[in-house]
Amino acid sequence: MLELRNICKTFNPGTVNEKVALNGLSLRLEEGEFVTVIGGNGAGKSTMLNAVAGTFPLDAGQILIDGVDVTRLPEHRRARYIGRVFQDPMMGTAPTMQIEENLALAARRGKRRTLRPGITKKERAEYAERLKILDLGLEDRMTTKVGLLSGGQRQALTLLMASLVKPKLLLLDEHTAALDPKTAAKVLEATEKIVTRDRLTTLMITHNMKDAITYGDRLIMMKDGQIIFDISGEEKKKLTVEDLLDKFKVAGEDDLSDKMILS
Amino acid sequence: MDIMSLVNALPSVAAQGLIWGIMAIGVFITFRILDVADLTVDGTLCTGGATFIMLTMAGANVWAAMLGAFCAGLMAGLLTGLFHTACGIPAILAGILTQLALYSINLRIMGQANRPVSSRQYDLLVSQQDVREVGLHNPILVSALFVIVIIALLYWFFGTELGSSLRATGANLAMSRAQGINVNVTKVLGLMLSNGLVALSGALLAQYQGFADVNMGRGAIVIGLAAVIIGEVIFSRIFRNFALRLLAVAIGAVIYYLVYQVVIWLGLKTDDMKLITALIVAFFLAIPFWKGRYFDRWMKRGGGDRA
Repeated sequence: MLELRNICKTFNPGTVNEKVALNGLSLRLEEGEFVTVIGGNGAGKSTMLNAVAGTFPLDAGQILIDGVDVTRLPEHRRARYIGRVFQDPMMGTAPTMQIEENLALAARRGKRRTLRPGITKKERAEYAERLKILDLGLEDRMTTKVGLLSGGQRQALTLLMASLVKPKLLLLDEHTAALDPKTAAKVLEATEKIVTRDRLTTLMITHNMKDAITYGDRLIMMKDGQIIFDISGEEKKKLTVEDLLDKFKVAGEDDLSDKMILS
Repeated sequence: MDIMSLVNALPSVAAQGLIWGIMAIGVFITFRILDVADLTVDGTLCTGGATFIMLTMAGANVWAAMLGAFCAGLMAGLLTGLFHTACGIPAILAGILTQLALYSINLRIMGQANRPVSSRQYDLLVSQQDVREVGLHNPILVSALFVIVIIALLYWFFGTELGSSLRATGANLAMSRAQGINVNVTKVLGLMLSNGLVALSGALLAQYQGFADVNMGRGAIVIGLAAVIIGEVIFSRIFRNFALRLLAVAIGAVIYYLVYQVVIWLGLKTDDMKLITALIVAFFLAIPFWKGRYFDRWMKRGGGDRA
């Protein structure tokens, strides 16, 4: 479904701030795979996701989604294949627009936007139904401006928007990191429900090792812009936080944040 | 100070205010919906008036000339949009560049710095002379109809898929891209629409005052912003619907002209008006900032005292 072939990206080349973010990374995701991604700060996790989403051009390598080479497609053209939830709850929704208007925008992802109505009566009923899966009561507040929602509510809504039109690929960039533990658990629960129901091919970055183990059917660990550890199936099910910490030590990763160890 | 002279000026205030209201609605599209302060409009206002007059003098039907003015505005917006998106120039600078370019273009269109157009010679939509006449030709009525039709069309447009994507672009760029919106296209479209309306307003203004002048748009952006802000300050609590918000902007322009007239009536020179306008707009733009900065600090201190 997703194939990354030897992708490279260096930020600020030729300056003192030069940073090799992706160093010949290759990865293959099968259809319906739910992959969690962990790694220290600066390992290249977010850069990899942004490369897939098309936020910046690559220095080298190829990206294929469902066999289509998207390496040179601009971000908005790739959007037809990709659903995204960002780390920052403010980034995924339009605050000055209503909940239903945001959903209507998402329902037209990858389609031509014409002079037809931006939202129809039929859609409203459908969105109210869809919002119920989040279990936040948003279905009763359809015309509320999204800017009035809490970070957790906005993140849950973004998740629903990302999956409203079934994406070939769902990208979650630490989408619960900015939320309090209770809300984070709720959003993760909704994520699991939606990903399982729609059998979405998913890449989820997380700082939380426990979440990385609990969720998904495959786990990859990144360091210095490469994948250093890739585990799936039965092996992943048996994985413990201690195993992961050992792997980090073997990899010489001395950059473990407190958040990763304590959680 | 004779109060009657002020009262006598009121019909003209209403007509001019409504015509400028169309311009202010254009500014609202860029400033509030796209979140861009577009300085092109200072040039576009004259472009609209100039295009209208030259087309009229060449024998065009008044509606054809209005359409021509609107299209000239679209082109001005297109230029700014391309400077901004295709050339990566910051929006505010892109607007300044087009505005400067338009100064020369406006002189080219008119062939001289000033062009008169007489309602006696041509069949115009509005004219200052009819401002006290009762009838369908009254400029207050005509410009009010223009405002209503424009608001209705914009209300429809911003409810469509395309219009929604324009609003999304102004609200959140990252989100818009992630939802597959080509934000360069929506930005250019918004700038075109805005400048088209400003040019239309310029065409009406030229008819109303009976001439187009190369300096007629100087400071127009500030007047437009003043109208937007006055409208919001007065009506934001009661007008929440999009169409009503646009109406508030148009009324804001009328109020601006009312204040203008009062200030002149009080004995100030018209030459000083730009200074006063600038200060008023600066004051209202600063209010949200001051609110956040000083009010919060004051609140904190107040809380500390009580603790």
